[in-house]
Amino acid sequence: MTAAAQRTAPPGGSRRLPGVLRLGAARAAFEVRLFFRERDAIVFIFAYPVIMLAIFSTVFGQDGGRVGPSPGIPYAQYFLPGMVATGVMLSSFQSVALMIAAERDEGALKRLRGTPLPASAYFLGKVGQVLAVSIVQTALLLALAATAFDVPMPRSASSWAVFAWVFVLGTATGTVCGVAFSSVPRSGRSASAVVTPIVLVLQFISGVFFVFNDLPTWMQQVASVFPLKWMAQGMRSVFLPAGAQSFEVSGSWQHGATAAVLGAWLVLGLVVGVRTFRWRRRDDG
Amino acid sequence: MTLTDVAVDVRGLRKRYGDKHAVNGLDLEVGRGEIFAILGPNGAGKTTTVEILEGFRDRDAGQVSVLGEDPATAGRAWRSRIGVVMQDARDLSEATVEELVRHFAGYYPAPRDPDEAIDAVGLRDKARTRCRRLSGGQRRRVDVALGIVGDPELLFLDEPTTGFDPQARRAFWELVTGLRHGGTTVLLTTHYLDEAEQLADRVAVVRDGQVVALGAPADLGGRAARQAVVRWTEDGSTREVRTDHPTRTVAELALRAPGAEIPGLQVLRPSLEDVYLSLIGADGTGGADGSDGSGGAAVAEEPVR
Repeated sequence: MTAAAQRTAPPGGSRRLPGVLRLGAARAAFEVRLFFRERDAIVFIFAYPVIMLAIFSTVFGQDGGRVGPSPGIPYAQYFLPGMVATGVMLSSFQSVALMIAAERDEGALKRLRGTPLPASAYFLGKVGQVLAVSIVQTALLLALAATAFDVPMPRSASSWAVFAWVFVLGTATGTVCGVAFSSVPRSGRSASAVVTPIVLVLQFISGVFFVFNDLPTWMQQVASVFPLKWMAQGMRSVFLPAGAQSFEVSGSWQHGATAAVLGAWLVLGLVVGVRTFRWRRRDDG
Repeated sequence: MTLTDVAVDVRGLRKRYGDKHAVNGLDLEVGRGEIFAILGPNGAGKTTTVEILEGFRDRDAGQVSVLGEDPATAGRAWRSRIGVVMQDARDLSEATVEELVRHFAGYYPAPRDPDEAIDAVGLRDKARTRCRRLSGGQRRRVDVALGIVGDPELLFLDEPTTGFDPQARRAFWELVTGLRHGGTTVLLTTHYLDEAEQLADRVAVVRDGQVVALGAPADLGGRAARQAVVRWTEDGSTREVRTDHPTRTVAELALRAPGAEIPGLQVLRPSLEDVYLSLIGADGTGGADGSDGSGGAAVAEEPVR
Protein backbone atom coordinates (compact mmCIF):
# COMPACT_ATOMS: atom_id res chain seq x y z
CA MET A 1 0.00 0.00 0.00
CA THR A 2 1.02 3.54 -0.63
CA ALA A 3 2.46 5.39 2.31
CA ALA A 4 0.77 8.50 3.59
CA ALA A 5 3.59 10.75 2.46
CA GLN A 6 3.38 9.58 -1.14
CA ARG A 7 -0.19 10.70 -1.50
CA THR A 8 0.61 14.36 -1.86
CA ALA A 9 1.12 14.07 -5.64
CA PRO A 10 -1.47 16.23 -7.40
CA PRO A 11 -4.32 13.93 -8.35
CA GLY A 12 -5.84 13.93 -11.79
CA GLY A 13 -2.81 15.55 -13.38
CA SER A 14 -0.43 12.77 -14.27
CA ARG A 15 -3.02 10.05 -13.64
CA ARG A 16 -5.01 9.75 -16.88
CA LEU A 17 -8.55 8.40 -16.68
CA PRO A 18 -9.25 5.39 -18.92
CA GLY A 19 -11.03 6.28 -22.18
CA VAL A 20 -14.77 5.82 -22.73
CA LEU A 21 -14.38 3.37 -25.63
CA ARG A 22 -11.94 1.19 -23.73
CA LEU A 23 -14.26 1.14 -20.72
CA GLY A 24 -17.26 0.45 -22.95
CA ALA A 25 -15.47 -2.55 -24.43
CA ALA A 26 -14.48 -3.77 -20.97
CA ARG A 27 -18.09 -3.41 -19.78
CA ALA A 28 -19.39 -5.29 -22.83
CA ALA A 29 -16.96 -8.18 -22.29
CA PHE A 30 -17.84 -8.30 -18.59
CA GLU A 31 -21.59 -8.20 -19.26
CA VAL A 32 -21.45 -10.87 -21.96
CA ARG A 33 -19.50 -13.14 -19.62
CA LEU A 34 -22.06 -12.66 -16.85
CA PHE A 35 -25.01 -13.00 -19.23
CA PHE A 36 -23.95 -16.49 -20.24
CA ARG A 37 -23.94 -17.49 -16.57
CA GLU A 38 -27.62 -16.66 -16.12
CA ARG A 39 -29.05 -19.93 -17.38
CA ASP A 40 -32.73 -18.96 -17.20
CA ALA A 41 -32.18 -15.90 -19.35
CA ILE A 42 -30.18 -17.84 -21.94
CA VAL A 43 -32.79 -20.54 -22.30
CA PHE A 44 -35.56 -17.99 -22.69
CA ILE A 45 -33.79 -15.62 -25.05
CA PHE A 46 -32.31 -18.32 -27.27
CA ALA A 47 -35.08 -20.90 -27.24
CA TYR A 48 -38.15 -18.65 -27.47
CA PRO A 49 -37.93 -17.62 -31.15
CA VAL A 50 -36.85 -21.11 -32.15
CA ILE A 51 -39.77 -22.76 -30.35
CA MET A 52 -42.24 -20.21 -31.66
CA LEU A 53 -41.04 -20.74 -35.22
CA ALA A 54 -41.42 -24.48 -34.77
CA ILE A 55 -44.94 -24.22 -33.32
CA PHE A 56 -46.38 -21.68 -35.74
CA SER A 57 -44.95 -23.14 -38.89
CA THR A 58 -46.09 -26.62 -37.84
CA VAL A 59 -49.63 -25.55 -36.87
CA PHE A 60 -50.29 -23.32 -39.90
CA GLY A 61 -48.29 -25.43 -42.27
CA GLN A 62 -50.27 -28.64 -41.76
CA ASP A 63 -51.29 -30.37 -44.99
CA GLY A 64 -48.70 -28.32 -46.88
CA GLY A 65 -50.50 -24.98 -46.37
CA ARG A 66 -48.87 -21.92 -47.87
CA VAL A 67 -49.13 -18.16 -47.50
CA GLY A 68 -50.12 -15.68 -50.20
CA PRO A 69 -50.99 -15.91 -53.89
CA SER A 70 -50.08 -19.09 -55.77
CA PRO A 71 -47.59 -20.75 -55.62
CA GLY A 72 -47.40 -19.29 -52.10
CA ILE A 73 -44.69 -19.29 -49.48
CA PRO A 74 -44.21 -22.11 -46.96
CA TYR A 75 -45.25 -21.01 -43.46
CA ALA A 76 -41.81 -21.63 -41.96
CA GLN A 77 -40.29 -19.29 -44.52
CA TYR A 78 -43.01 -16.69 -44.00
CA PHE A 79 -42.69 -16.72 -40.19
CA LEU A 80 -38.88 -16.79 -40.01
CA PRO A 81 -38.44 -13.02 -40.63
CA GLY A 82 -40.96 -12.22 -37.88
CA MET A 83 -39.16 -14.54 -35.48
CA VAL A 84 -35.81 -12.93 -36.28
CA ALA A 85 -37.39 -9.53 -35.55
CA THR A 86 -39.07 -10.71 -32.36
CA GLY A 87 -35.80 -12.32 -31.21
CA VAL A 88 -34.00 -9.01 -31.66
CA MET A 89 -36.73 -7.24 -29.70
CA LEU A 90 -36.43 -9.77 -26.86
CA SER A 91 -32.66 -9.58 -26.57
CA SER A 92 -32.61 -5.81 -26.92
CA PHE A 93 -35.74 -4.04 -25.67
CA GLN A 94 -37.11 -6.61 -23.22
CA SER A 95 -33.82 -7.86 -21.85
CA VAL A 96 -32.32 -4.36 -21.44
CA ALA A 97 -35.43 -2.93 -19.78
CA LEU A 98 -35.58 -5.84 -17.33
CA MET A 99 -31.84 -5.92 -16.70
CA ILE A 100 -31.50 -2.22 -15.96
CA ALA A 101 -34.61 -2.22 -13.76
CA ALA A 102 -33.09 -5.10 -11.78
CA GLU A 103 -29.65 -3.48 -11.59
CA ARG A 104 -31.21 -0.28 -10.33
CA ASP A 105 -33.23 -2.20 -7.75
CA GLU A 106 -30.27 -4.19 -6.46
CA GLY A 107 -28.04 -1.14 -6.13
CA ALA A 108 -25.65 -2.18 -8.90
CA LEU A 109 -26.18 1.12 -10.73
CA LYS A 110 -25.61 3.10 -7.58
CA ARG A 111 -22.38 1.22 -7.03
CA LEU A 112 -21.23 2.15 -10.53
CA ARG A 113 -22.24 5.76 -9.87
CA GLY A 114 -19.71 5.77 -7.03
CA THR A 115 -16.88 4.96 -9.45
CA PRO A 116 -15.32 7.04 -12.24
CA LEU A 117 -17.09 4.88 -14.86
CA PRO A 118 -18.86 7.31 -17.24
CA ALA A 119 -22.52 6.66 -18.05
CA SER A 120 -21.68 6.51 -21.76
CA ALA A 121 -19.33 3.57 -21.17
CA TYR A 122 -22.06 1.78 -19.22
CA PHE A 123 -24.47 2.19 -22.16
CA LEU A 124 -21.84 1.17 -24.71
CA GLY A 125 -21.34 -1.98 -22.66
CA LYS A 126 -25.06 -2.70 -22.82
CA VAL A 127 -25.11 -2.18 -26.59
CA GLY A 128 -22.13 -4.52 -26.98
CA GLN A 129 -23.72 -7.19 -24.82
CA VAL A 130 -27.04 -6.95 -26.71
CA LEU A 131 -25.30 -7.15 -30.08
CA ALA A 132 -23.32 -10.23 -29.04
CA VAL A 133 -26.40 -12.00 -27.68
CA SER A 134 -28.58 -11.03 -30.67
CA ILE A 135 -26.00 -12.31 -33.13
CA VAL A 136 -25.77 -15.71 -31.41
CA GLN A 137 -29.54 -15.91 -31.09
CA THR A 138 -30.22 -14.99 -34.74
CA ALA A 139 -27.52 -17.35 -35.99
CA LEU A 140 -29.11 -20.21 -34.03
CA LEU A 141 -32.53 -19.38 -35.42
CA LEU A 142 -31.32 -19.16 -39.02
CA ALA A 143 -29.35 -22.37 -38.72
CA LEU A 144 -32.39 -24.21 -37.41
CA ALA A 145 -34.70 -22.72 -40.05
CA ALA A 146 -32.31 -23.71 -42.84
CA THR A 147 -31.68 -27.25 -41.61
CA ALA A 148 -34.90 -28.38 -39.92
CA PHE A 149 -37.46 -26.36 -41.90
CA ASP A 150 -35.68 -26.13 -45.27
CA VAL A 151 -36.06 -22.36 -45.41
CA PRO A 152 -33.87 -21.10 -48.27
CA MET A 153 -31.28 -18.52 -47.18
CA PRO A 154 -30.77 -15.45 -49.35
CA ARG A 155 -27.91 -15.70 -51.81
CA SER A 156 -27.35 -12.10 -52.87
CA ALA A 157 -25.01 -9.76 -51.09
CA SER A 158 -27.60 -7.01 -51.34
CA SER A 159 -30.08 -9.11 -49.33
CA TRP A 160 -27.50 -9.63 -46.60
CA ALA A 161 -26.70 -5.94 -46.65
CA VAL A 162 -30.37 -5.18 -45.99
CA PHE A 163 -30.32 -7.85 -43.27
CA ALA A 164 -27.30 -6.17 -41.68
CA TRP A 165 -28.72 -2.67 -41.51
CA VAL A 166 -32.18 -3.78 -40.36
CA PHE A 167 -30.54 -6.00 -37.72
CA VAL A 168 -28.14 -3.34 -36.42
CA LEU A 169 -30.66 -0.49 -36.54
CA GLY A 170 -33.33 -2.68 -34.92
CA THR A 171 -30.95 -3.80 -32.18
CA ALA A 172 -29.80 -0.25 -31.47
CA THR A 173 -33.38 1.05 -31.39
CA GLY A 174 -34.51 -1.79 -29.13
CA THR A 175 -31.60 -1.18 -26.77
CA VAL A 176 -32.13 2.56 -26.31
CA CYS A 177 -35.90 2.06 -25.99
CA GLY A 178 -35.13 -0.59 -23.33
CA VAL A 179 -32.95 1.91 -21.47
CA ALA A 180 -35.71 4.52 -21.66
CA PHE A 181 -38.40 2.05 -20.62
CA SER A 182 -36.39 0.71 -17.67
CA SER A 183 -37.47 3.72 -15.61
CA VAL A 184 -41.19 2.93 -16.05
CA PRO A 185 -41.57 -0.07 -13.69
CA ARG A 186 -41.66 0.98 -10.06
CA SER A 187 -39.35 -1.84 -9.02
CA GLY A 188 -37.23 -4.62 -10.42
CA ARG A 189 -39.80 -7.18 -9.39
CA SER A 190 -42.67 -5.49 -11.21
CA ALA A 191 -40.57 -4.91 -14.32
CA SER A 192 -41.46 -8.12 -16.16
CA ALA A 193 -45.16 -7.58 -15.42
CA VAL A 194 -44.90 -4.20 -17.14
CA VAL A 195 -42.61 -5.11 -20.02
CA THR A 196 -43.86 -8.57 -21.06
CA PRO A 197 -47.45 -7.56 -22.00
CA ILE A 198 -46.15 -4.82 -24.29
CA VAL A 199 -43.82 -7.26 -26.00
CA LEU A 200 -46.58 -9.85 -26.37
CA VAL A 201 -49.14 -7.43 -27.80
CA LEU A 202 -46.60 -6.07 -30.28
CA GLN A 203 -45.82 -9.61 -31.42
CA PHE A 204 -49.49 -10.33 -32.12
CA ILE A 205 -50.24 -7.12 -34.02
CA SER A 206 -46.95 -6.77 -35.90
CA GLY A 207 -47.12 -9.81 -38.16
CA VAL A 208 -44.92 -12.06 -36.04
CA PHE A 209 -47.47 -14.72 -35.10
CA PHE A 210 -50.09 -13.99 -37.78
CA VAL A 211 -49.85 -13.14 -41.44
CA PHE A 212 -49.79 -9.35 -41.39
CA ASN A 213 -52.27 -9.06 -44.30
CA ASP A 214 -54.86 -11.05 -42.37
CA LEU A 215 -55.02 -8.51 -39.54
CA PRO A 216 -57.77 -5.85 -39.47
CA THR A 217 -56.71 -2.58 -41.03
CA TRP A 218 -56.90 -0.62 -37.77
CA MET A 219 -54.60 -3.14 -36.13
CA GLN A 220 -52.12 -2.85 -38.98
CA GLN A 221 -52.21 0.92 -38.53
CA VAL A 222 -51.56 0.69 -34.78
CA ALA A 223 -48.67 -1.72 -35.41
CA SER A 224 -47.19 0.68 -37.97
CA VAL A 225 -46.48 3.16 -35.18
CA PHE A 226 -44.10 0.72 -33.44
CA PRO A 227 -40.71 -0.60 -34.56
CA LEU A 228 -41.45 -4.34 -34.48
CA LYS A 229 -43.75 -4.27 -37.51
CA TRP A 230 -41.05 -2.50 -39.53
CA MET A 231 -38.29 -4.81 -38.37
CA ALA A 232 -40.41 -7.83 -39.36
CA GLN A 233 -41.18 -6.26 -42.73
CA GLY A 234 -37.51 -5.46 -43.31
CA MET A 235 -36.60 -9.04 -42.52
CA ARG A 236 -39.33 -10.32 -44.87
CA SER A 237 -37.64 -8.37 -47.64
CA VAL A 238 -34.52 -10.40 -46.91
CA PHE A 239 -35.91 -13.91 -46.48
CA LEU A 240 -38.96 -13.96 -48.81
CA PRO A 241 -38.71 -14.22 -52.60
CA ALA A 242 -38.79 -10.93 -54.49
CA GLY A 243 -42.26 -11.71 -55.82
CA ALA A 244 -43.68 -11.67 -52.28
CA GLN A 245 -43.36 -7.89 -52.33
CA SER A 246 -46.76 -7.72 -54.03
CA PHE A 247 -48.20 -9.52 -50.99
CA GLU A 248 -47.24 -6.65 -48.65
CA VAL A 249 -50.04 -4.34 -47.60
CA SER A 250 -48.41 -1.42 -49.36
CA GLY A 251 -47.25 -3.54 -52.29
CA SER A 252 -43.63 -2.64 -51.51
CA TRP A 253 -40.92 -3.49 -48.94
CA GLN A 254 -40.82 0.20 -47.90
CA HIS A 255 -37.14 0.23 -46.94
CA GLY A 256 -37.15 4.01 -46.65
CA ALA A 257 -40.10 4.01 -44.27
CA THR A 258 -38.52 1.18 -42.27
CA ALA A 259 -35.31 3.14 -41.79
CA ALA A 260 -37.29 6.29 -40.95
CA VAL A 261 -39.52 4.68 -38.29
CA LEU A 262 -36.68 2.73 -36.67
CA GLY A 263 -34.50 5.85 -36.76
CA ALA A 264 -37.26 7.95 -35.21
CA TRP A 265 -37.63 5.48 -32.34
CA LEU A 266 -33.87 5.41 -31.93
CA VAL A 267 -33.77 9.19 -31.48
CA LEU A 268 -36.86 9.21 -29.28
CA GLY A 269 -35.43 6.43 -27.11
CA LEU A 270 -32.12 8.26 -26.79
CA VAL A 271 -33.73 11.57 -25.82
CA VAL A 272 -36.14 10.02 -23.33
CA GLY A 273 -33.51 7.58 -22.02
CA VAL A 274 -30.95 10.30 -21.34
CA ARG A 275 -33.56 12.46 -19.60
CA THR A 276 -35.16 9.77 -17.45
CA PHE A 277 -32.24 7.50 -16.62
CA ARG A 278 -31.80 7.11 -12.88
CA TRP A 279 -28.88 5.51 -11.08
CA ARG A 280 -30.97 5.06 -7.95
CA ARG A 281 -34.27 3.48 -7.07
CA ARG A 282 -37.32 5.68 -7.01
CA ASP A 283 -37.78 5.16 -3.27
CA ASP A 284 -34.14 6.09 -2.68
CA GLY A 285 -34.70 9.84 -2.82
CA MET B 1 -6.00 22.89 9.73
CA THR B 2 -4.78 24.26 6.43
CA LEU B 3 -6.72 23.67 3.24
CA THR B 4 -4.67 20.68 2.13
CA ASP B 5 -5.03 19.03 5.53
CA VAL B 6 -8.80 18.95 5.24
CA ALA B 7 -10.40 16.06 3.38
CA VAL B 8 -14.01 16.95 4.08
CA ASP B 9 -15.40 20.34 5.01
CA VAL B 10 -19.12 20.80 5.58
CA ARG B 11 -20.82 23.98 6.80
CA GLY B 12 -24.52 24.45 7.46
CA LEU B 13 -25.62 21.45 5.43
CA ARG B 14 -29.38 21.10 5.01
CA LYS B 15 -31.54 18.52 3.26
CA ARG B 16 -35.28 18.21 3.51
CA TYR B 17 -37.59 15.43 2.35
CA GLY B 18 -41.11 16.82 2.26
CA ASP B 19 -41.45 18.54 5.61
CA LYS B 20 -38.89 16.33 7.35
CA HIS B 21 -35.49 17.91 7.90
CA ALA B 22 -33.15 14.95 7.41
CA VAL B 23 -30.07 17.15 7.74
CA ASN B 24 -30.58 20.39 9.58
CA GLY B 25 -27.57 22.68 9.68
CA LEU B 26 -24.78 20.12 10.00
CA ASP B 27 -21.11 21.11 10.29
CA LEU B 28 -18.24 18.68 9.86
CA GLU B 29 -14.52 18.79 9.27
CA VAL B 30 -12.48 15.67 8.58
CA GLY B 31 -8.70 15.89 8.45
CA ARG B 32 -6.58 13.97 5.99
CA GLY B 33 -5.42 10.63 7.30
CA GLU B 34 -8.09 10.58 9.95
CA ILE B 35 -10.63 7.86 10.71
CA PHE B 36 -13.74 9.86 11.41
CA ALA B 37 -16.97 8.26 12.58
CA ILE B 38 -20.46 9.69 12.30
CA LEU B 39 -22.41 8.04 15.06
CA GLY B 40 -26.12 8.27 15.54
CA PRO B 41 -29.37 6.36 15.72
CA ASN B 42 -31.27 5.26 12.63
CA GLY B 43 -32.92 8.24 10.97
CA ALA B 44 -30.46 10.76 12.40
CA GLY B 45 -29.36 11.83 8.92
CA LYS B 46 -26.08 9.90 8.69
CA THR B 47 -26.67 8.24 5.35
CA THR B 48 -28.21 11.35 3.80
CA THR B 49 -25.14 13.34 4.85
CA VAL B 50 -22.71 10.77 3.50
CA GLU B 51 -24.61 10.40 0.24
CA ILE B 52 -24.43 14.17 -0.27
CA LEU B 53 -20.68 14.00 0.31
CA GLU B 54 -20.41 11.11 -2.16
CA GLY B 55 -22.23 13.13 -4.82
CA PHE B 56 -25.27 10.83 -4.88
CA ARG B 57 -27.68 13.42 -3.58
CA ASP B 58 -28.36 17.13 -3.96
CA ARG B 59 -28.41 19.39 -0.94
CA ASP B 60 -30.85 22.15 -0.14
CA ALA B 61 -28.32 24.45 1.50
CA GLY B 62 -24.81 24.63 2.90
CA GLN B 63 -21.22 24.50 1.75
CA VAL B 64 -19.61 21.15 1.03
CA SER B 65 -16.05 20.50 0.00
CA VAL B 66 -14.73 16.97 -0.43
CA LEU B 67 -11.07 16.70 -1.44
CA GLY B 68 -11.31 20.34 -2.45
CA GLU B 69 -14.30 19.94 -4.78
CA ASP B 70 -18.05 20.30 -4.55
CA PRO B 71 -19.47 16.76 -4.87
CA ALA B 72 -22.60 18.11 -6.62
CA THR B 73 -20.53 19.19 -9.64
CA ALA B 74 -17.34 17.11 -9.35
CA GLY B 75 -16.46 14.88 -12.29
CA ARG B 76 -14.77 11.58 -13.04
CA ALA B 77 -11.32 12.68 -11.87
CA TRP B 78 -12.78 13.44 -8.45
CA ARG B 79 -14.66 10.13 -8.34
CA SER B 80 -11.41 8.32 -9.03
CA ARG B 81 -10.04 9.78 -5.78
CA ILE B 82 -12.86 8.57 -3.53
CA GLY B 83 -14.01 5.09 -2.62
CA VAL B 84 -17.61 4.34 -1.74
CA VAL B 85 -18.95 1.42 0.27
CA MET B 86 -22.72 1.86 0.36
CA GLN B 87 -25.34 0.41 2.59
CA ASP B 88 -27.52 -2.50 1.44
CA ALA B 89 -26.33 -3.35 -2.07
CA ARG B 90 -27.83 -6.64 -3.22
CA ASP B 91 -26.09 -6.89 -6.57
CA LEU B 92 -23.00 -8.97 -7.41
CA SER B 93 -24.12 -12.49 -8.03
CA GLU B 94 -22.66 -14.42 -10.93
CA ALA B 95 -19.23 -12.80 -11.06
CA THR B 96 -16.35 -14.15 -9.01
CA VAL B 97 -14.57 -11.98 -6.48
CA GLU B 98 -11.47 -11.85 -8.64
CA GLU B 99 -13.38 -10.92 -11.82
CA LEU B 100 -15.20 -8.12 -10.06
CA VAL B 101 -12.18 -6.59 -8.40
CA ARG B 102 -10.14 -6.76 -11.62
CA HIS B 103 -12.98 -5.28 -13.64
CA PHE B 104 -13.53 -2.39 -11.22
CA ALA B 105 -9.80 -1.72 -11.06
CA GLY B 106 -10.02 -0.93 -14.77
CA TYR B 107 -12.25 2.07 -14.08
CA TYR B 108 -9.46 3.93 -12.25
CA PRO B 109 -6.43 5.79 -13.50
CA ALA B 110 -4.02 4.43 -10.88
CA PRO B 111 -5.62 1.45 -9.18
CA ARG B 112 -4.24 -0.77 -6.48
CA ASP B 113 -3.13 -4.23 -7.54
CA PRO B 114 -6.41 -6.23 -7.53
CA ASP B 115 -4.74 -9.14 -5.80
CA GLU B 116 -3.54 -6.82 -3.08
CA ALA B 117 -7.10 -5.53 -2.59
CA ILE B 118 -8.40 -9.09 -2.34
CA ASP B 119 -5.70 -9.97 0.17
CA ALA B 120 -6.43 -6.81 2.16
CA VAL B 121 -10.04 -7.86 2.75
CA GLY B 122 -9.01 -11.44 3.50
CA LEU B 123 -10.78 -13.09 0.58
CA ARG B 124 -7.79 -14.81 -1.01
CA ASP B 125 -9.27 -18.29 -0.67
CA LYS B 126 -12.63 -17.06 -2.04
CA ALA B 127 -11.13 -15.22 -5.02
CA ARG B 128 -12.52 -17.69 -7.54
CA THR B 129 -15.89 -18.06 -5.83
CA ARG B 130 -18.98 -16.49 -7.34
CA CYS B 131 -20.40 -13.78 -5.11
CA ARG B 132 -23.75 -15.56 -5.00
CA ARG B 133 -22.11 -18.26 -2.87
CA LEU B 134 -20.54 -15.89 -0.33
CA SER B 135 -21.89 -15.18 3.14
CA GLY B 136 -23.19 -11.74 4.04
CA GLY B 137 -19.96 -10.80 5.76
CA GLN B 138 -17.87 -11.99 2.84
CA ARG B 139 -19.97 -9.97 0.40
CA ARG B 140 -19.41 -6.92 2.55
CA ARG B 141 -15.70 -7.56 2.18
CA VAL B 142 -16.14 -7.63 -1.57
CA ASP B 143 -17.88 -4.25 -1.25
CA VAL B 144 -14.85 -2.95 0.59
CA ALA B 145 -12.42 -4.48 -1.92
CA LEU B 146 -14.30 -2.68 -4.71
CA GLY B 147 -14.25 0.51 -2.64
CA ILE B 148 -10.47 0.46 -2.14
CA VAL B 149 -9.26 -0.99 -5.45
CA GLY B 150 -9.07 2.50 -6.96
CA ASP B 151 -6.59 3.42 -4.21
CA PRO B 152 -8.81 6.25 -2.92
CA GLU B 153 -7.58 9.17 -0.88
CA LEU B 154 -10.90 9.16 0.94
CA LEU B 155 -12.99 6.09 1.68
CA PHE B 156 -16.67 6.29 2.67
CA LEU B 157 -17.99 3.37 4.70
CA ASP B 158 -21.73 3.51 5.35
CA GLU B 159 -22.61 1.21 8.25
CA PRO B 160 -20.03 -1.30 7.09
CA THR B 161 -20.44 -3.99 9.73
CA THR B 162 -24.21 -4.20 10.09
CA GLY B 163 -25.06 -7.89 10.27
CA PHE B 164 -21.51 -9.02 11.02
CA ASP B 165 -20.74 -11.56 13.71
CA PRO B 166 -18.32 -10.31 16.39
CA GLN B 167 -15.33 -12.09 14.86
CA ALA B 168 -15.97 -10.64 11.41
CA ARG B 169 -16.32 -7.17 12.91
CA ARG B 170 -12.94 -7.43 14.67
CA ALA B 171 -11.32 -8.53 11.42
CA PHE B 172 -13.01 -5.66 9.61
CA TRP B 173 -11.76 -3.13 12.14
CA GLU B 174 -8.23 -4.36 11.60
CA LEU B 175 -8.69 -3.93 7.87
CA VAL B 176 -9.84 -0.32 8.27
CA THR B 177 -7.02 0.49 10.67
CA GLY B 178 -4.60 -0.96 8.12
CA LEU B 179 -6.01 1.30 5.41
CA ARG B 180 -5.39 4.34 7.56
CA HIS B 181 -1.80 3.29 8.04
CA GLY B 182 -1.61 3.30 4.26
CA GLY B 183 -2.66 6.95 4.28
CA THR B 184 -6.35 6.62 3.42
CA THR B 185 -8.78 8.99 5.10
CA VAL B 186 -11.84 7.07 6.27
CA LEU B 187 -15.28 8.54 6.89
CA LEU B 188 -17.52 5.97 8.45
CA THR B 189 -21.08 5.96 9.69
CA THR B 190 -22.18 3.53 12.32
CA HIS B 191 -24.73 3.03 15.01
CA TYR B 192 -22.38 0.79 16.94
CA LEU B 193 -20.61 2.55 19.78
CA ASP B 194 -17.87 0.01 20.15
CA GLU B 195 -17.09 0.38 16.46
CA ALA B 196 -16.65 4.13 16.81
CA GLU B 197 -14.64 3.64 20.00
CA GLN B 198 -12.33 1.04 18.45
CA LEU B 199 -11.77 2.67 15.10
CA ALA B 200 -12.27 6.38 15.13
CA ASP B 201 -9.81 9.14 15.92
CA ARG B 202 -12.76 11.46 16.24
CA VAL B 203 -16.48 10.93 16.47
CA ALA B 204 -19.38 13.21 15.58
CA VAL B 205 -22.62 12.24 17.27
CA VAL B 206 -25.53 13.19 15.03
CA ARG B 207 -29.08 13.62 16.20
CA ASP B 208 -31.99 15.04 14.20
CA GLY B 209 -29.65 16.10 11.41
CA GLN B 210 -27.24 18.05 13.57
CA VAL B 211 -23.91 17.33 15.25
CA VAL B 212 -24.62 17.27 18.98
CA ALA B 213 -21.14 16.25 20.11
CA LEU B 214 -17.70 16.04 18.54
CA GLY B 215 -14.41 14.73 19.80
CA ALA B 216 -12.18 11.77 20.46
CA PRO B 217 -14.25 8.83 21.70
CA ALA B 218 -12.73 9.17 25.19
CA ASP B 219 -13.64 12.86 25.47
CA LEU B 220 -17.10 12.61 24.00
CA GLY B 221 -19.77 14.68 25.67
CA GLY B 222 -17.27 16.83 27.56
CA ARG B 223 -16.34 16.83 31.23
CA ALA B 224 -19.88 17.14 32.57
CA ALA B 225 -21.02 14.00 30.84
CA ARG B 226 -18.02 12.17 32.30
CA GLN B 227 -18.83 12.99 35.90
CA ALA B 228 -19.06 10.14 38.32
CA VAL B 229 -22.36 9.27 39.92
CA VAL B 230 -22.46 8.48 43.63
CA ARG B 231 -25.56 6.56 44.56
CA TRP B 232 -26.83 5.41 47.93
CA THR B 233 -30.01 4.61 49.82
CA GLU B 234 -31.47 7.00 52.33
CA ASP B 235 -34.84 6.76 54.08
CA GLY B 236 -35.79 3.90 51.82
CA SER B 237 -35.23 5.73 48.53
CA THR B 238 -32.26 5.93 46.18
CA ARG B 239 -30.27 9.16 46.22
CA GLU B 240 -27.77 10.11 43.56
CA VAL B 241 -25.20 12.87 43.06
CA ARG B 242 -23.13 13.71 39.97
CA THR B 243 -19.69 14.90 40.90
CA ASP B 244 -16.10 15.41 39.80
CA HIS B 245 -14.97 14.43 43.30
CA PRO B 246 -16.69 11.17 44.21
CA THR B 247 -14.16 10.44 46.98
CA ARG B 248 -15.02 13.66 48.77
CA THR B 249 -18.73 12.93 48.37
CA VAL B 250 -18.33 9.47 49.83
CA ALA B 251 -16.19 10.84 52.69
CA GLU B 252 -18.83 13.41 53.54
CA LEU B 253 -21.54 10.75 53.49
CA ALA B 254 -19.42 8.55 55.76
CA LEU B 255 -19.00 11.41 58.27
CA ARG B 256 -22.75 11.53 58.84
CA ALA B 257 -22.70 8.15 60.59
CA PRO B 258 -19.09 7.35 61.45
CA GLY B 259 -18.20 3.70 61.34
CA ALA B 260 -21.47 2.63 59.74
CA GLU B 261 -21.85 1.30 56.23
CA ILE B 262 -23.52 3.70 53.79
CA PRO B 263 -26.57 1.76 52.62
CA GLY B 264 -26.56 0.81 48.93
CA LEU B 265 -23.39 2.79 48.14
CA GLN B 266 -22.29 2.80 44.49
CA VAL B 267 -19.79 4.95 42.61
CA LEU B 268 -20.45 4.81 38.87
CA ARG B 269 -18.38 6.06 35.97
CA PRO B 270 -20.46 6.62 32.83
CA SER B 271 -19.53 4.35 29.96
CA LEU B 272 -19.34 5.70 26.41
CA GLU B 273 -22.73 4.14 25.98
CA ASP B 274 -24.21 6.20 28.81
CA VAL B 275 -22.72 9.34 27.33
CA TYR B 276 -23.99 8.46 23.89
CA LEU B 277 -27.48 7.63 25.07
CA SER B 278 -27.72 10.90 26.90
CA LEU B 279 -26.40 12.74 23.82
CA ILE B 280 -29.00 11.29 21.51
CA GLY B 281 -31.69 11.74 24.15
CA ALA B 282 -32.45 8.05 24.41
CA ASP B 283 -32.20 8.08 28.21
CA GLY B 284 -35.04 10.57 28.54
CA THR B 285 -32.92 13.51 29.73
CA GLY B 286 -32.94 15.17 26.31
CA GLY B 287 -29.24 15.91 26.21
CA ALA B 288 -25.97 16.07 28.07
CA ASP B 289 -25.98 19.65 29.21
CA GLY B 290 -28.54 19.19 31.95
CA SER B 291 -26.03 17.65 34.32
CA ASP B 292 -25.81 19.28 37.67
CA GLY B 293 -24.78 18.34 41.20
CA SER B 294 -21.46 20.15 41.16
CA GLY B 295 -18.66 18.73 43.28
CA GLY B 296 -19.14 18.52 47.02
CA ALA B 297 -22.87 19.09 47.34
CA ALA B 298 -23.05 16.06 49.55
CA VAL B 299 -26.67 15.85 50.46
CA ALA B 300 -28.22 17.57 47.48
CA GLU B 301 -31.75 16.51 46.76
CA GLU B 302 -31.48 14.71 43.44
CA PRO B 303 -34.42 13.16 41.69
CA VAL B 304 -34.48 9.39 41.80
CA ARG B 305 -33.30 7.96 38.52
